[in-house]
Amino acid sequence: MDSVNPRAGPAIAAILVALPMVAILAAVIHGATGADPALWAHLAEHVLARVTLNTAVLVVGVVAIAVALGTSLAWLTAACDFPGRGFFAWALLLPMAMPAYVLAFVAVATLDYAGAVPVALRAVFGEGFAVPAIRSTGGVIAVLGLASYPYVYLMARGAFLTHGARVLEAAQSLGLGPWSGLFRVAVPLARPWLAGGAALVAMETLADFGAVSVFNYDTFTTAIYKAWYGLFSIETALGLALLLLVFVAVALALERLARGRARYTAADAGLRAPARLALPGARGWVAFTCASAIFAIAFVLPAFVLARWALEVAPLDLDARYVDYALRTLVLAAMAAVACLALAVVLGYATRFESGRLPRAATRVATLGYAIPGTVLAVGVVTVLGGVDAAWRALAGGGGLWLQGTVVALLFGYVARFLAVAHVPVQGGFARIRPSLEEAARSLGLGTRGLVTRLHLPLLGAGLGTALLLVFVDVMKEMPITLMTRPFGWDTLAVRVFEMTAEGEWQRAALPALVIVAAGLLPVALLIWRMERAARTA
Amino acid sequence: MTVRNALGRRTGALFVVATLAFSGVAGAAEKSLVVYSARKYQLVEELFQEYGRDRGIEVKSVTDDGAPLIQRLKAEGTASPADVFITVDAGDLWRATQAGLLQPVHSQMLEAAIPAHLRDPDGHWFGLAVRARTIAYSTARVKPEELSTYAALGDARWKGRLCLRSGKAVYNQSLVAMFINDMGEQATERMVGAWIANLAADPFSNDTLMLKAIAAGQCDVGITNSYYLGKLQHEQPELPVQIFWADQAGKGTHVNISGGGVARHAKNREEAVRFLEWLASPATQQRFAAVNFEFPANAGVDPLPEVKVWGPFKPNEVNVGLIGKAQPAAVMLIDRAGWR
Repeated sequence: MDSVNPRAGPAIAAILVALPMVAILAAVIHGATGADPALWAHLAEHVLARVTLNTAVLVVGVVAIAVALGTSLAWLTAACDFPGRGFFAWALLLPMAMPAYVLAFVAVATLDYAGAVPVALRAVFGEGFAVPAIRSTGGVIAVLGLASYPYVYLMARGAFLTHGARVLEAAQSLGLGPWSGLFRVAVPLARPWLAGGAALVAMETLADFGAVSVFNYDTFTTAIYKAWYGLFSIETALGLALLLLVFVAVALALERLARGRARYTAADAGLRAPARLALPGARGWVAFTCASAIFAIAFVLPAFVLARWALEVAPLDLDARYVDYALRTLVLAAMAAVACLALAVVLGYATRFESGRLPRAATRVATLGYAIPGTVLAVGVVTVLGGVDAAWRALAGGGGLWLQGTVVALLFGYVARFLAVAHVPVQGGFARIRPSLEEAARSLGLGTRGLVTRLHLPLLGAGLGTALLLVFVDVMKEMPITLMTRPFGWDTLAVRVFEMTAEGEWQRAALPALVIVAAGLLPVALLIWRMERAARTA
Repeated sequence: MTVRNALGRRTGALFVVATLAFSGVAGAAEKSLVVYSARKYQLVEELFQEYGRDRGIEVKSVTDDGAPLIQRLKAEGTASPADVFITVDAGDLWRATQAGLLQPVHSQMLEAAIPAHLRDPDGHWFGLAVRARTIAYSTARVKPEELSTYAALGDARWKGRLCLRSGKAVYNQSLVAMFINDMGEQATERMVGAWIANLAADPFSNDTLMLKAIAAGQCDVGITNSYYLGKLQHEQPELPVQIFWADQAGKGTHVNISGGGVARHAKNREEAVRFLEWLASPATQQRFAAVNFEFPANAGVDPLPEVKVWGPFKPNEVNVGLIGKAQPAAVMLIDRAGWR
């Protein structure tokens, strides 16, 4: 590593990581050039304005809920002490294992007019009793907000745990209470991590198809599907996806502009265990009630409904195949998580050691996949792999499919889609390491390898764990790429959910959905246990 | 650190092993039949396995929506392992034919078993199960004598009483496409506009939710695929919702198909044709349709008793392929009419 030209190496590495995404974008752009102008005219007149507004409202609403919930809950569990804090610290992450589309169908099936809750309420209060419509803009925002706040929670908690003690001391010396301390000291300090979490939530919301379809809420993504499935024009669908990407790029650029040139590093990261602020008496129980309510609405109640449905179908459906579904799901998620983490670390080093524009630009391109609806990305993936396979056949003078229909194809798609999810926490981890620490280490004679193993890895620990967990859980829930690129016999739990929901039989999908949730609990619990232990022993 | 390194090495090894083990699997096609199916696995699983056992071959399949499967076929090109392509909508079959992904089949057996309006005149695809899209009504608040045609659901008497599924659903798009073929865009757009004005609730994301809303009293009439009601009635025999065959005095009730064809680059063309013939044969037809409460495409075969009890009906006999052709026009009409 030391022998590599310190200026060229990082840039080359970043560009290599970005290459697959460049190929996919090229395939998407090439496809989009074939779009029919008459269809564009139709979309411009009747569709674009409405779905753009809808999408903007949805993203702003979901991000607002996710940031509000994620930040305040992270502050409570990282910097305060109240009854049940230790439990909520990990329990509040569990909703992450619940796919947004599953939460959506549970909400609509139980809370819509014909659902169990309004039916029961009308039975008690009379036929005229009106329940607010769950299938509304507010309903879809609430569901996606509840499904995605853990991204912000995880990022914010990491920031608060490292800043915790110092922030509290600073706040107290200024005479600030716990809440003003949060808003005036902790949040401003944690801003890059909160922004990272918010960006993940925004991109996830933009790309969501499952949940918005359940609510019949039209967004850019549903318009993309409609152009492809209904207008029979994959070209127009790819064009719409590109337009969406332009919006994303502009939003990200604005965010960077607003953040300016401020640098954020921890004061004395991890030098002492964070003291927590005790919330005595009634205030502690208010915190307990808030945390319980969010946990119940986002996880316990939906899991209960799923479990009831699953019990109905389990006698017919549950057999040894489920072991295979679960194993394949876990193996794929683990492989994708490791691959994404490794590449995210490469990008992290590239931008740290080479401050020029090239690695940064390459990183931005490499991580765009998270904002592209999965199915559009899948089209790009199969097009690129199809091209490689065709070239291979031309060279070898025949033969079958070399890449398509293999696990490699599947992993290629996962990495293209989820690299951003690993990149955000890894980047956040690097940002917390002060450059002066590196200078000190180097002056003590530490080479690059020593810097990596003795300084970076220990300090990056939580960020790496967060990255692994986020990708792992996201891959378990992933549907369109898995469906389109999986080899024969590689059906996963999410594929099973797809099979069951395809004809609107949501109840029957409860069993695989519940297994996804259960399998997602293990990595969540492991990560939190590690984070807590790291915070205690630091 | 050592634990993490060991774990890393082991995961890396797993990665390599899995990669090697499954590379090239898709290329091998001997003694097997490969099916790309938009009809979901649990509806076809048993029949596929049974065919494989009878013929002493392995039947391999992947499922996905029709449009992504078409894209997968395109990307795989001449090397595609697919022998048979099965969809749940005539539009996808029409589109796959346009894209040159299916090959014509001339089989006296298939031509005799499947009525002409349910198959491609050139033999690129054949209907295997029929789903009727018609009116469902609340038996508590509606008398069947009040019902007649799809268009009449736009009458003033149904103001605030009509429920519809989303206009994004392919089944609604093909219904509208049929009307574009039958009575032109203008009249169809007026009809759809009148439906939208009568809606009691936002369109639903699936037919089952809509049928439950009719049962619960949110609305009184709706348009559904017959099999969704069949399944609900099977689960809840007391369900106060019943089926009405629309447009019987006119051109007949709208039907769509789940059907299949032989892939252009099939490696086992003969086996693929034999498989389609087997699916169209009377014994298989009954089961193919019954698992999903559909009507067999083979006119000589009876549907489930629970489906037969709805009585015979006159289907609209325009070729279902023409409906696929008009689907883009239908989608644009639906956008203009504001059918979300």
